[in-house]
Amino acid sequence: MASTEQAQSVEVMSPDDRSRHDGSFASILFPDGARDAELEARPEPDFFADLNLDQVLATLTATRQEYRLEPLFYLALRDVDAVRYRQAIARELERDDVRGPVETFARAMRRVRDHLAQVEQLRHRLQKQAWFLDAVAIHCSAAETLATELAHVELEADGLRRLRDYVAGYVGSEEFAVLAGETRALEQALGSIEYAVHLDGPRVTVEPPQEQPDFTSEIEATFARFAHAAARSYRAEIGDSPHLNHVEERIVELVEQLHRETFRELARYCEARRDFLDPTLRRFDREVQLYLGYLELARRLGGAGLHFCYPEVSTESKESAAADTFDLALALKLGDAGERVVTNDLELRGAERVFVVTGPNNGGKTTFARMFGQLHHLAALGLPVPGRHARLFLPDRVFSHFEREEDIETLRSRFEDELVRVREILEQASASSVIVMNESFASTTLEDARAVGAAVLRRVIELDALGVYVTFVDELASLGEATVSAVSQVVPDNPAERTFKVVRMPANGLAYAWAIAEKYGLTYERLLGTIPA
Amino acid sequence: MKVFLLQRDRDLTVEPELQDEVYAAMVESSANPFAVEHAKRNRERERARHPEREVERATPLGLLAEDLELETLWQAMANGDEYLFEAARRVLLSSLRDPETIVYRQEVLVDCLEHAEAVRGIYALALEGLEIERKVGSLWSGARPGQILRRSANAVRLQLDVLRRLRSVAAEQRDAFRSDGFRRFFAMLSEELSDDYLATVEEHLEELEFKRGLLETAVLGKGLKGRSYVVRRERGRSLGERLVRTRRTAGHSFQIHPRDESGARALEELRARGLNDVANAVAQSADHVKSFFTTLKLELAFYLGCLNLHARLVDRGEPVCFPQPLAAGETSLVAAELYDVALSLHLAERPVGNDVGAAGKALVFLTGANQGGKSTLLRAVGLAQLMLQAGMFVGARSFRATVCDGIFTHFKREEDETMESGKLDEELRRMSELARHFVPGSLLLCNESFASTNEAEGSEIAEQIVRALVERRVKVFFVTHMYELAHRFHAEGRDDALFLRAERLPDGSRTFRLPEGEPLPTSYGADSYRRVFSTDVPGTVARPG
Repeated sequence: MASTEQAQSVEVMSPDDRSRHDGSFASILFPDGARDAELEARPEPDFFADLNLDQVLATLTATRQEYRLEPLFYLALRDVDAVRYRQAIARELERDDVRGPVETFARAMRRVRDHLAQVEQLRHRLQKQAWFLDAVAIHCSAAETLATELAHVELEADGLRRLRDYVAGYVGSEEFAVLAGETRALEQALGSIEYAVHLDGPRVTVEPPQEQPDFTSEIEATFARFAHAAARSYRAEIGDSPHLNHVEERIVELVEQLHRETFRELARYCEARRDFLDPTLRRFDREVQLYLGYLELARRLGGAGLHFCYPEVSTESKESAAADTFDLALALKLGDAGERVVTNDLELRGAERVFVVTGPNNGGKTTFARMFGQLHHLAALGLPVPGRHARLFLPDRVFSHFEREEDIETLRSRFEDELVRVREILEQASASSVIVMNESFASTTLEDARAVGAAVLRRVIELDALGVYVTFVDELASLGEATVSAVSQVVPDNPAERTFKVVRMPANGLAYAWAIAEKYGLTYERLLGTIPA
Repeated sequence: MKVFLLQRDRDLTVEPELQDEVYAAMVESSANPFAVEHAKRNRERERARHPEREVERATPLGLLAEDLELETLWQAMANGDEYLFEAARRVLLSSLRDPETIVYRQEVLVDCLEHAEAVRGIYALALEGLEIERKVGSLWSGARPGQILRRSANAVRLQLDVLRRLRSVAAEQRDAFRSDGFRRFFAMLSEELSDDYLATVEEHLEELEFKRGLLETAVLGKGLKGRSYVVRRERGRSLGERLVRTRRTAGHSFQIHPRDESGARALEELRARGLNDVANAVAQSADHVKSFFTTLKLELAFYLGCLNLHARLVDRGEPVCFPQPLAAGETSLVAAELYDVALSLHLAERPVGNDVGAAGKALVFLTGANQGGKSTLLRAVGLAQLMLQAGMFVGARSFRATVCDGIFTHFKREEDETMESGKLDEELRRMSELARHFVPGSLLLCNESFASTNEAEGSEIAEQIVRALVERRVKVFFVTHMYELAHRFHAEGRDDALFLRAERLPDGSRTFRLPEGEPLPTSYGADSYRRVFSTDVPGTVARPG
């Protein structure tokens, strides 16, 4: 049974979030400063699984595990300005010339992390230091490149402009110059070390080179007159792992003794530069992946002819609309299988608040409900939503009630379980909430369902919340001016074939019959499956 | 180091269709004395398994070899040696087109004839050079640089010994040999294998044993892993210093434990990194010298074949001469006492020689009595032309001819065994296949072509073809019984046509000579009848010949 714990996020800004209202940059996700603490250990919202948003998230993070994008995807915005901040950024990141530099930066940061991982894995002190030096070098180069590339790009989005300024400032700062300078100097110094190794049986001697002649070249010159164009190569493959065997380790230690000053400098550097990673850039590297990952999904579906748009959002008006919209999770799944996705339109005018959706099963009702819920969460993330254009309300919370497994713990009947959950939802919901309910109360008789369903729906309407109520009880569809009846369609000539379109129209009185037939396995399809051919 | 004894400044170019598995065996496994035999046996087995592919194998060169009975020639040249056989075959069928190169080869051959002993000695040295691979063993894949270096250094050392002896021969024979080919070859050996150079190589080979340890320099790569290993040579020391293992003064040392196996492997890898390039250089050198010996063997094999053939012919008292190749221009072929070399090798007595005066003649008809020597003369012409263009001597007292761009034969064949087409079909198909290869300057030898149909039809067909060929400057020698055909051309009184007729004495016997003579309506079939049935053909009168 779901707990009632849902953190009501009151905006708490801790001092180290560096909240800035002065236009400088801390986060690409939040205009008023970073929210690191809020994002830490944020649990998955209760409605995620019902609305299949967990599936969307899984697809989004499939190749991006290291960024821990989950909390970023959970935290919905309730501020129109914040949503617009993100929308502008997302829009601009759709452009190749903007996204390119960002992806380049992301790749470089990945390499930095790989190097730091190697530093952990390697045993030898000197090796660790060498790899650490490389990590810092890549970081500096990544920042410089990002600054340069962003300088050449037209940027409108506030967030990206502030990012550009930040990076320019960082790269132009005194400290950065010192860091980069020291790094390069060390790379130079180590790169210019040449040493000689003498191998004589088991004895290894490391000494400074003494400009002895290159024997290989001499041999090649002597045998040149036996050379001949298409000669077959006898060079052997020699492995190139980054690890030093213990002989190589000892050799490096002896090289250190021949170049004490340089290696001392390296050790000092590594100690002093432990925290070289700029925290703001690190945060940017993580947070921008929310945009990049999501936009990649959108591009993928765009290839299949599905549209995304940036919705107009409001915390005042509950009038909503969306054209050619679809269930994102379903689209991603069907897309992989190469199947067509059916789009739907929806609209809530004036005092309309709740869609009461009836019609045959598998006709798209649940999909419609999920879609409605998804749209509101995605809009609140400031990301583009499925559809050609949309106007959506920014809810304070989203609630869902879908059929669940029986809870063995409690001895209450299933019906009561459902009622308890409904009550919890109604207690916590407000006029600014979105409530999605799917065929509740199927675990009781039709009479009860009708009565209880009506009662619950009335309470939802009393709240003035937005929602979708999927049911087989047709009468509920005409409860009042706040309800909109929507019916999932069938193909007229072949009633067994669904179109998955859900259309505004009065309930046609058949929904119950379908439901009961389904319950006893007596629909056309079920019988076909049951009766042997 | 190049051989260049078959062509000036170039290696032998073998016709593509002759670059088969046998050729591969000759070139790549030259060290293995049985390689050629094995390859040939495999090929025979393949053929036995797929007899239907015989038709595909009837290429113009294949037909040429069959029609002119070149096997006999090659066997004489081989004198029992499979390698010589295959070498002879390839050189002969890879005709030269350039008179200058032909002369180049002739001169080399003259040297070989005059200094057979020395040449056989050089051939033996080439064989010895190739033996070395068996001595040092071949390299297996996955061999490490150290092993590659050791084995290749050994090979080079042994090869140098052979090369040194080759150089001695060169020094001795320089003045006696007069051909451009040999002079260049000997000079090359002297220059490239000077005493100084050989001494340097010896020194290097010794240093490559790294008896005093291996010195490499390196730089620090990613993660401080050493890279860019370069092997160094200690700077010049006195002989005394070089013999004594001195302690390294300038560095720090450590030693790995005797039972430290992974340490030993690590050291081996360090050595390998440095030695990789050196081992490669030495191994490639050994390869190249081996390749030199292979080419030397191949090219000399041809000349040895010529020596064998020459000895056979001279033994029989047959005239042999070096022909004069004429550059393409007005076509010509003039011979004195020309005979069929292959036939000569078969018979006990010497075949009859013929004079041919075909200067400026694009078209030559050979008509006359059966068994009169027409086909034999045709073959003699073909063989001589082929041998001329191989840079060899020919079977004649004298011979000069324009170099041809392709020599083709269209001879009467056995019945088509598959019965897929009638005889005429088969002939036409074969001619059509040949025609795809004709170019101006080609030579076509026809032996009773289109005799598979009646004279009227055959003449018509042949006339069309001959006119076209002559128009395109393809030279034609035509042996035929078709009076219609020969007569038509004769009646035109052309300057560029020559008519030879097999001689028949009044008593019906043949002289096997073909002097000039106009075509006659009969080929004296009655004579054959009389010979066989010991009586005259009823109703015929012996006509004056």
